[in-house]
Amino acid sequence: MQIIKDRNIIEDNWQFIADDQLLLPGDCTVTLGRWLTEKEQLLRHDGKVGVRIESTDDLETISCDLALIPLVEINFVIFSDGRAFSKAWLLKNRYHFSGEIRAVGNFLADQIFYLSRSGFNAFNFEGKQNLTLALSMLNDFSVSYQKTG
Amino acid sequence: MYQYNQDDQTLINERVAQFRNQTERFLKGELDADQFRALRLMNGLYIQIHAPMLRVAIPYGLLSSTQLRKLAHIARKYDKGYCHFTTRQNVQYNWPKLEEVPDILAELAEVQMHAIQTSGNCMRNTTSDHLAGICKDEIEDPRPYCEIIRQWTTLHPEFAYLPRKFKIAVSGALHDRAATQFHDIGLHLVKNEQGETGFKVFVGGGLGRTPVIGQVIRPYLEKRHLLSYLEAILRIYNLFGRRDNKYKARIKILVKEEGLEKFKSLVDEEWLQIKDGMELSEERIQAIQTHFVLPPYDKSAAADATFHSRLESDNAFATWVKHNTVEHKAPGYRAAFVSLKAPDEPPGDITDSQLELVADLADRFSFGEVRSTHRQNLVFADVKQADLFDLWQQLNKTKMATPNIGTATDIICCPGLDFCSLANAGSIGITREINETLDNLDYLHDLGDIKINISGCMNGCAHQSVGHIGILGVDKKGEEWYQITLGGSSENEAAIGDRLGPSVPKDQIAKAVATILDVYVKNRIEDESFLDMVKRAGLTPFKDQVYANH
Ligand code: HEM
Ligand code: SF4
Repeated sequence: MQIIKDRNIIEDNWQFIADDQLLLPGDCTVTLGRWLTEKEQLLRHDGKVGVRIESTDDLETISCDLALIPLVEINFVIFSDGRAFSKAWLLKNRYHFSGEIRAVGNFLADQIFYLSRSGFNAFNFEGKQNLTLALSMLNDFSVSYQKTG
Repeated sequence: MYQYNQDDQTLINERVAQFRNQTERFLKGELDADQFRALRLMNGLYIQIHAPMLRVAIPYGLLSSTQLRKLAHIARKYDKGYCHFTTRQNVQYNWPKLEEVPDILAELAEVQMHAIQTSGNCMRNTTSDHLAGICKDEIEDPRPYCEIIRQWTTLHPEFAYLPRKFKIAVSGALHDRAATQFHDIGLHLVKNEQGETGFKVFVGGGLGRTPVIGQVIRPYLEKRHLLSYLEAILRIYNLFGRRDNKYKARIKILVKEEGLEKFKSLVDEEWLQIKDGMELSEERIQAIQTHFVLPPYDKSAAADATFHSRLESDNAFATWVKHNTVEHKAPGYRAAFVSLKAPDEPPGDITDSQLELVADLADRFSFGEVRSTHRQNLVFADVKQADLFDLWQQLNKTKMATPNIGTATDIICCPGLDFCSLANAGSIGITREINETLDNLDYLHDLGDIKINISGCMNGCAHQSVGHIGILGVDKKGEEWYQITLGGSSENEAAIGDRLGPSVPKDQIAKAVATILDVYVKNRIEDESFLDMVKRAGLTPFKDQVYANH
């Protein structure tokens, strides 16, 4: 499957594992709840393990684990849920998370410029999406007023 | 006024290109209606009964003559020859075609204008005092701070999808003319004990369905912390504001539900972590201030004698000066209002040729600038007293000199049934009826300062809840009825009006207003204002008369 990461279109093999499923071989993301309860086993998984955050999750609960996590996915249930933008900002600027911050779920290519300025560096679109077009939208603006992001 | 630099211009040009692309993709079916809705709203484009409605930003109400001419051109070329000034100092077009909106935006960009964030759940245009920089009661000119806020809010990546819209207003004078206590954030420039200026910060005010008066969250904020403090409030609101119910999504509900103290502690905790990284430097403030230096006033303006002799010889002129002009801090100058409240025109509407005339008059008499007010009029801020007579004659010829600023016919009125799909009532028609019953100028002037606000439904676009007399259209089994409130105010002593009693039917509302005014005239003590009389006497004398025959 293809995604946008660090301004490139790349092949990607991360898979999200629902709470009632067993981990599969390879790189997996799990819910925050699962991470918190099964952290020890997850760290022994043969492959990398990332965490998927919902816009209502409290980042404080994983703040101490961030060094162990290479990927945080932030899930959009609906594209207009602006909390995801602040979550990404906090991850990057408050918790100094240096891994990958990936948008997943129902967000729009038209949001990609704002998303990247808020802290996201990877984008996995839910439905059919022309990735070349989405990639070009990272350059919708060449100037910005805010220092942040 | 503020002049764009290369970056400002690039940004709005790129916004036009982005929106053109979005519109094309929508028309080709590549974006669905919901997706396009969110994107177009962020560019001021609503879809209404007849056509889309495009709201154009006028940052803190300042317009140049060049911009006015462009607005006129757009009204003529893309609309039906007129446009509408709103209660947040912006301008609206009621009849643009969706396919042409990108072209309109491109034309606006040529004169440093745009429609960015004039609707949608984002930070909106910042509003201010229409007498900024020229009034005698000013602590400091608020406009440089408005411009700093304008830049910070524009395309802010993190706060584009807030729970609900977010509005900021800034006042720099003792007298609040910007309704700051009814904004999500209101800022007052104040002095601290050391004589330094900073901001008193109000939060959680708002109108609409649940009117709430803003509360002081910080009595004194140093200027250098302006943006970090705003950012802290916005981040807390973005993270914790309610998203489950759009009628409970404004920040006023969050502040209410959490309580001011809890909300304040959340904001302060956030602020402490960002404030040092986001300081506004004195140099930056000064650089922006240079855009707002006062124009070169004629030092001998007060020596002119013609003004006083005209006042004595021409009654109509004297009446206009009394009601439609106000004092200015420079000797020999006054600020002159353009009344967009001619009795037979919808409040706030202006035609293309009127716009062009205003542009010409601005060039001749007021350093090429004009301002919009939150009561939907315009004002020439810097007119020499010697020029007032000429100015008045020109305005008078074109129905823009009705001497009714601040009076009972200076009505704020929403578009209502004529244009709005949410309306229960024809507010424009009611305004016209009230005007007909108040056609005696002497009576009108004797009534003094009275603010009547009329909204066609409980969304309250015309701020009826803070009108001295508020009128709200309600639907009763398919018929138009009107609820009346008295005693509201959006100024320093902010107040939400009290309901007079049961709503009245459409054919009774103009009469009810006339009765209310009569009760005031009969009961006032000396030159007590309407608002003071309502405060003193309460609703009873009004109730007794309005419902006398029921
Ligand atoms: C013609 C179509 C219009 C529609 C459908 C419309 C719709 C609405 C709605 C739904 C609200 C409530 C929002 C909320 O409570 O969060 C609102 C508020 C408002 N509208 Fe309108 N509106 C229209 C025109 C106007 C016009 C022409 C003006 C200016 C004269 C205006 C000024 C406002 C203001 C100032 C508010 C109150 C903001 C606040 O709550 O602080 N609207 N409008
Ligand atoms: S107050 Fe109601 S009727 Fe009037 S413009 Fe607003 S939404 Fe429409």
